[in-house]
Amino acid sequence: MSRELMSLFNQLSRGLREFYVAPYRRVFARAQRDEEDLFMMLVLSEALGVPNPASGATLELLPEMLDRMHHWHLRQGLDHSPIDGLSCC
Amino acid sequence: MDAPNSLVLAIIGVAMMLAGYFLYSKFLAKKVYKLNAEFKTPSHEFSDGVDFVPTNKYILWGHHFTSVAGAAPIVGPAVAVIWGWFPAFLWVTLGTVFLAGMHDLGAMWASVRNKGQSIGTLSGRYIGARGRNLFLVVIFLLLLMVVAAFAVVISGLLVDQPGAVIPTWGALVVALLVGQAIYRLKWNLLAVTVAGVIALYALILLGDRYPVELPESILGMSPQGFWIITLFVYAAIASVLPVWVLLQPRDYINGIQLFIGLGILYGSVMLATPTLVAPAWNDNVPADTPSIVPLLFVTIACGAISGFHGTVSSGTSSKQLARETDARFVGYFGAVGEGLLALGAIIACAAGFRTLADWEAVYDSFSSGGVGVFVQGGGAIVNNGLGIPESLSATILATMAVLFAATTMDTGVRLKRYVVQEIGQLAGFRLGTVSATLITVVIALALTFSQGGDGSGGMLIWPLFGTTNQLLAALTLSIVTIMLIRKGRPYLPVLLPAAFVMIMAGSAAVVQLGGFYRDGEWLLLAIDVVIIIAAVWVMVESIIAMGQAFKEKKEPEDDELLTEDQKFPLDTT
Repeated sequence: MSRELMSLFNQLSRGLREFYVAPYRRVFARAQRDEEDLFMMLVLSEALGVPNPASGATLELLPEMLDRMHHWHLRQGLDHSPIDGLSCC
Repeated sequence: MDAPNSLVLAIIGVAMMLAGYFLYSKFLAKKVYKLNAEFKTPSHEFSDGVDFVPTNKYILWGHHFTSVAGAAPIVGPAVAVIWGWFPAFLWVTLGTVFLAGMHDLGAMWASVRNKGQSIGTLSGRYIGARGRNLFLVVIFLLLLMVVAAFAVVISGLLVDQPGAVIPTWGALVVALLVGQAIYRLKWNLLAVTVAGVIALYALILLGDRYPVELPESILGMSPQGFWIITLFVYAAIASVLPVWVLLQPRDYINGIQLFIGLGILYGSVMLATPTLVAPAWNDNVPADTPSIVPLLFVTIACGAISGFHGTVSSGTSSKQLARETDARFVGYFGAVGEGLLALGAIIACAAGFRTLADWEAVYDSFSSGGVGVFVQGGGAIVNNGLGIPESLSATILATMAVLFAATTMDTGVRLKRYVVQEIGQLAGFRLGTVSATLITVVIALALTFSQGGDGSGGMLIWPLFGTTNQLLAALTLSIVTIMLIRKGRPYLPVLLPAAFVMIMAGSAAVVQLGGFYRDGEWLLLAIDVVIIIAAVWVMVESIIAMGQAFKEKKEPEDDELLTEDQKFPLDTT
C-alpha cells in the first residue's frame, strides 16, 4: 500500500517537474549556448587578435572545444575557421 | 417563462463540449486529419532534449491549456453578455466544438506533418513568400493590441478592487522566492508548490483586509494612468530578467492557479445554482452597443476560436507530441478547457446579480462590460456557493484575472521585443535588448494612452484585438484547407468555418472603421486600415493558393507514403 502511495507521489512529482521545466527548455538551452560561445571566444582570443594572458591554459582546452567550433564560427558570422592551422570546414 | 437556472446552462454547455470532444473530434481525427498512431512524430524524429521532446499527453495538455488560456476568455464573454447570455453561450459552445477544437487540432496536425514547423513557416510554404510577411504583420498587431488591452484591464481591476493590489504585487515576490527555492536551494517541487499556493492565498486574505486605494491624483496622473505606467515598467523589467528568476516560477504558479480558479468557479455554480437574471436576448441594449453581427464574433475570440492558439499548437506543442493521435486530446481538449473558462465567465456575468435591474445598471454602456463585471458577478456566486465573504471572493477572482492578464502582458512584451529586433535587422539596425524593449514599451504605451490619459477607453481596443486574432485563425485554417485539398481529403469542415471567421472578422473591421472615424480615434483607425488590408490580402492569397491546389495532381495519401523508417512501432514508448 505504502509502496503504491510512494510511486503515485513520485509520479506526481515527476509530472509537476515536467510542467515546471518544459515551457522554458528552449530559453535555457539558448542561454547556455550563449555562455559557451563567450567561453569559446576566450579560448580562441589569441587567434582573434586579442591578447590573452592565460593563453597557455586555454590552448590546452582547444582540443576539447574543436567539436563545437564549426557551429560556433558559423553562428558568429564567420564562414571559415578563424584559426589558420585548424580547419573544420 | 421563469429565468433558467445557470446550473442547467452549465450542464448543457459542458455536455455539448464533451460531445464535441468524443464525437466530432473523433470524426476529424479519422476522416479529415487521419491521425496515425504509427507515424513517427517530430518529437521522436528530431529528438534533441530541447525543443523536440516526446511528452506525456496529460502533461502536454496541461502546458498547452495553460499557455492558451489567460484573461482573454474571461474578458471577451464578460463584454459580449451585453447582447444577452444566449448568443454568447451559443457562440462559445458551438465555436469551441466546430471551430476552436478543429482549428487547434488542425494547426497541430499541419505542423506535425511538416517537421514541427510553425504556422509562420507553413504560411511561407503553402501560400508563398508574401504569406510569411503577412503573418509577421498580423502577429505584430496582435502583440501590440494584447499588451495595450491587458494593461487597461489590469489597471481597471486594481482601481475597482483595491483588495487585489497587495496579492497582485505580492505574487511577484512569491514567484521570486519559488524560483530561488527551486534553483538555488533545490527544494522539493511539490512542497514548494503547496507553500507557494498557500502564500498566494494568504496574500489575498491580507490584501482583502488592507485594500490599497490610490489618491485621486498621483504624480499628476489618475490612479488608472499610474497603474498603467507601473505595469509597463514592470513588464519591461520582467521581460529582460533571466526567465528562471521570475517568469518561469510565475507561469508555473499561475498554471496551478488556473485549475484552482476553474474549480472554485464551477464548484460555486454547482452549489449556489444561481438564476440567470440577464435576458437571454437583450432587446434593451444601451444606445452605444454595436450590432451583434458581426461584433459578437470578434468580441469573443478566445473561448470560441482564436488564432493565437495556432501559434502555440504549431510552435511548441507539436514538437512535443509523442503520438500523432495524442493531438486529439492535447489540441481539441485544450480548446474545450478554454471553452469551459469562457462558459464560466458567461455564467458569472449573467447570473451573479440579484435582479434584472441590477444587471442593467451594470451593463449601462458597451464599454462598461469587462472583467470587472466578471469579478463582481463571480464574487457573488462564490459567496453564495462556498460561503466566502463577498469582498474576499471578489478579491480572489480579481487577483486570478490580474495574474492571468499580467502573464500574457509580459510574455507579450518579451515576444514583441524579438519582433522589433527582427524588424530592426531587416532595416539594417542592430537593436540591443534594452533599446528594443524601450521601443516596444513606448509604442504600446502610445496606443494605450491614445484614448485618453486614464486609458478609460481602453476597451475600444478589445474588438480590434479580437478581429486580428480571428484573422490569424482564418490564415491558419486556409493553410490547413490547402493541405487537405492537396491530399484530396474532405476539406469543408475546415473551409466553411474559415470562410465564416474571415467574413465576420472582415466585416467587423469595416464596421469598427466607421466608429473610429466618428470618434476621431486616428491611431486605432490607422491600425484598423492595416487590418483590413491584411484581411483582403489573406483572402486573395488563400483563394489563389486553393485554386492551385485544386488544379494540381493530388498527393498520395500519407499512409501510402509512410516508409518503414518513418514508422514508430505502437509498442514502443
